[in-house]
Amino acid sequence: MNTTSNKKGKIKDINGPIVTIELPGVQNGEQVRIGSLGLYGEVISLEGNEALAQIYESTEMVRPGEPVEGLGHPLSVELGPGLIGGIFDGVQRPLEAMFLKAGDQIPRGLSPLPLDRDKVWHFIPSENLEPNMPIINGAVLGRVQETETVEHRILVPPNISGELIELAPEGDYHLEESIGQVRDQQGEIHHLKLYHRWPVRRPRPYQSRDNGIEPLITGQRILDTFFPLLKGSKCAVPGPFGAGKTVVQHQVARWANADIVIYVGCGERGNELVDVLDSFPKLKDPYTGRPLMDRTLLIANTSNMPVVAREASIYVGITIAEYYRDQGYDVVMLADSTSRWAEALREVSGRLGQMPVEEGYPAYLASRLAAFYERAGRVDTMDSGKGSVTLIGAVSPPGGDFSEPVTSHTKEIIQTFWALSKELADARHYPAIDWVDSFSADVGTAAEWWHENIDREWEKRRSQALGMLARDAELSRIVNLVGPEALSSAQRWVLEGAALIKEGVLQQSALDPVDTFSSPQKQFMLLDLILSVYDAGADLIELGVPVQELSEMSVLARLRRCKELYDSNQIDQLKAFREEALNDFKEIHSEYAQRGEQPA
Amino acid sequence: MSAKEYRTASSARGGLLTVANVPNIAFGDRVHIRDQQGNTRNGQVIRSSDEEVLIQVFEGTSELDLESTWVRFLDEPVEIALSPEILGRIFNGLGEPRDYRPPIVSSLRRSISAAAFNPAARTYPKEFIQTGISTIDGLNSLVRGQKLPIFSASGLPHNRLAAQIVRQAKLPDDDSRFSVVFAAMGVSYADARFFQEEFASSGVLGNVVMFVNMADDPPVERLTLPRMALTAAEYLAFDLDRHVLVVMTDMTHYAEALREVATAKGDVPARKGYPGYLYSDLAEIYERSGRIKDRHGSITLVPVLSMPSDDITHPIPDLTGYITEGQIVLSRELHNQGIYPPVHISPSLSRLMKDGIGKDFTREDHPHVSNQLYALYARALETRNLASIIGADELSTRDRRYLEFADAFENRFVRQSEDEDRSIEETLNLAWDLLSTFPPQALTRVNETEIAKYHRQSV
Ligand SMILES: Nc1ncnc2c1ncn2[C@@H]1O[C@H](COP(=O)(O)OP(=O)(O)OP(=O)(O)O)[C@@H](O)[C@H]1O
Ligand SMILES: [Mg+2]
Repeated sequence: MNTTSNKKGKIKDINGPIVTIELPGVQNGEQVRIGSLGLYGEVISLEGNEALAQIYESTEMVRPGEPVEGLGHPLSVELGPGLIGGIFDGVQRPLEAMFLKAGDQIPRGLSPLPLDRDKVWHFIPSENLEPNMPIINGAVLGRVQETETVEHRILVPPNISGELIELAPEGDYHLEESIGQVRDQQGEIHHLKLYHRWPVRRPRPYQSRDNGIEPLITGQRILDTFFPLLKGSKCAVPGPFGAGKTVVQHQVARWANADIVIYVGCGERGNELVDVLDSFPKLKDPYTGRPLMDRTLLIANTSNMPVVAREASIYVGITIAEYYRDQGYDVVMLADSTSRWAEALREVSGRLGQMPVEEGYPAYLASRLAAFYERAGRVDTMDSGKGSVTLIGAVSPPGGDFSEPVTSHTKEIIQTFWALSKELADARHYPAIDWVDSFSADVGTAAEWWHENIDREWEKRRSQALGMLARDAELSRIVNLVGPEALSSAQRWVLEGAALIKEGVLQQSALDPVDTFSSPQKQFMLLDLILSVYDAGADLIELGVPVQELSEMSVLARLRRCKELYDSNQIDQLKAFREEALNDFKEIHSEYAQRGEQPA
Repeated sequence: MSAKEYRTASSARGGLLTVANVPNIAFGDRVHIRDQQGNTRNGQVIRSSDEEVLIQVFEGTSELDLESTWVRFLDEPVEIALSPEILGRIFNGLGEPRDYRPPIVSSLRRSISAAAFNPAARTYPKEFIQTGISTIDGLNSLVRGQKLPIFSASGLPHNRLAAQIVRQAKLPDDDSRFSVVFAAMGVSYADARFFQEEFASSGVLGNVVMFVNMADDPPVERLTLPRMALTAAEYLAFDLDRHVLVVMTDMTHYAEALREVATAKGDVPARKGYPGYLYSDLAEIYERSGRIKDRHGSITLVPVLSMPSDDITHPIPDLTGYITEGQIVLSRELHNQGIYPPVHISPSLSRLMKDGIGKDFTREDHPHVSNQLYALYARALETRNLASIIGADELSTRDRRYLEFADAFENRFVRQSEDEDRSIEETLNLAWDLLSTFPPQALTRVNETEIAKYHRQSV
């Protein structure tokens, strides 16, 4: 970038993070640095020679008259090896490096480069490429091993294609070294490096979109078995404070069968990011056995950091997600919380004096949300591979009221809805996902996968369980009106069965070392086991066995604990227990059957 | 640098003063305003252009006239002077002494609006603090560096509870006490007096810094007060290596002051007239608690707030709950039953508890015992509800056991006296007394080993 030609101007007015600048020739969306500290910001509207800029850092003690500089490009991120395992702020400043350089607090005007220029990467060129071949944008030039888990595929930047003139041989390279040259249609020669830049507000190109075909396995029973999410799909996790949105997202980040996980802490707590930073390097990816941090990247704009950078943070996250998608990976991006992003939008729009439409939010809230979620998807990449971005956004409705604007607009956009309930959380039923309010539009597609890979009975068993939970709600209403005596034995057994489903299947503690992850196999086994016990009991009740006698069977207490007694590798033990449990029922059955035959 | 002085005030309205034709004034600059009586008021620049500067006047703009008002720009942000001498002192929201003693003289002055902590600089809070209160230690444990508010309402004993926490808080096997920073916003004379006497009688006064803004003091000062207090706390924690407990009361008065100023500025309201940035503003305060790598000290934050009309979904408790690491919720119902402390456990939560309790921290059964009590109490409250509809006589024996549990739990576990300092061991044993009224197979949240070891029927 040619710094001498940067446009120069001055500050006219400072209104918190919104600053009016006089900078002739500046473009909308252009990055600027303002004041003697050189604070970073971005132009959001133009009016004659004046422009409004939103500033990513605190503007305290900045004055009118101080200098302004236009940087000539929009907010962009660096895309290349060295991203994974890192923690960046909302505008991709490397927080680890900033800590080492500047100490505990984030200083203003400091902007170290996101990717480490001193680091050497071992580059292996793609075998199918040769000089003088035509090459398209997004083609894989070669690869470097970014972490033990992730092979980073070096791509031709999206805006360059033409003829490959030169490709570097296998060897060690710094980020800034040239690893190839491409001559475009205009004859211009581009030197390619291990990294390139891309503006965050512009979706990266792909060949075509494809439908999701396979569920994302998260190891959480209520999610995978009841409200499945497909790879490449979009999902919202709304819930009042303390209901478990962050825990759900951390669990997905830990256990999902994704190649890359991008976790964006958007306007939330600093300690929650520390929790990930501390625990992920010690936890093992259940699929590769490698430390989880080897596939994870964090973007952190905590609640006390400047709100404008918060608005940018989710775009930084999604752009990096698209970049790994373009390498042919299944990426999961988690945003906690999209409500804080929407609030940042509201704050800026308020300062601009834009007309609020609902609860202070600007009219474009819905379209911005939709455009953001639209960047999720499963695609054919430019290089003819398949890649996906699955997007999971937490929503924090004020007062837990799902009719508020952010929740209601989001609900119209997403495919899967994991609704958290305060009542369940208060009773310590975790994950506090409400099986009535939640939904998945992709049960059909997920069923194909389950039937093929796990068990043909999956969809049937799932429906049976949901049916029982619905019956349970109805019957409980009756009990609350007229007492339990009003119910028949069969009805009371439904209540027992539903309680077993809740405790034995739905509840799953993130903190329990055995149960924190449940393989699809174990998920189905537990569900099937409990429903089989319920069915066996229902038969007995028809034979006239009192419900009391069944409820007091000691095997039921063990049934509730099964999930914590057997881990995902102990499927055989689980099967043995199943035999044992059903035998107890058979015994009662023969007892009663005999009694029935003998005249009293 | 020469401070600039102007007499070009062009409007005064609700705590805001506009001054025309003052070039190059810094955003956030501190301001002195001299009125016609010659009295000085304090202010801060909240918007600045060459044509016009907008000043928030802490003491308000009443009785200002535009003609004879002089405005001096000090060319510095709002700061606080810091030295070890702040311990034992009382200040107002601007950091000026209100104990009739001389101001702090120190070359160390810090802006009260500190830059955010780098998340990469934090360490995860893990050290269990024993408050001696069973509902907190047993079920909603506090750890060093946590922010755990008390959600209360008018007439409930939140001050007594906060004072008891200050008196009793310590690490289980460590007798060193916390340094205390006490921030009072819009409090009554009686409340301020209560805390002062509390600190005096428990002999900690020399280890306390107080920042006090009374109900009849200027509301705008409530906006700077918690920031003054936290800057002092950061100094004690990270410069002087102390473990600091910050008690702030009442955050509702703080938020109301913020709303007052926001309304005067014409900011777009979000809910109930509170500005959309209330969340970020509160977060700037609450996120200043924590632990920092390679620093010995810590800041543990216990804000107290009253829920307007006992409504937990009101924006103030709601946004607080979205920022803090849990909440201790007080209940009018328990209070009316004469139970102290009236902690309603169902909506209460400590998010940092998971890493600070259990084997090696408190006792191995602690996490499960806590879950079990929660689950039983939730069920017991449902049963109590049912009993109130159909009558207790209609309940099954199983259900009646839950009813009895609810009563025992509230009267033996929740209830304790103000000078009762229970060790965590005592709290957990008490929990097992209650759990043992159920047969082992009814307890599915504790494991079989724990039952064998602690259940009274098994022992
Ligand atoms: N699956 C789970 N297993 C065990 N504990 C859980 C689970 N889900 C939630 N919890 C408990 O609930 C607490 C609150 O959860 P979490 O922090 O995820 O809430 P949240 O919805 O993100 O709240 P906020 O909106 O305030 O950030 C956790 O600290 C944990 O104690
Ligand atoms: Mg959360």
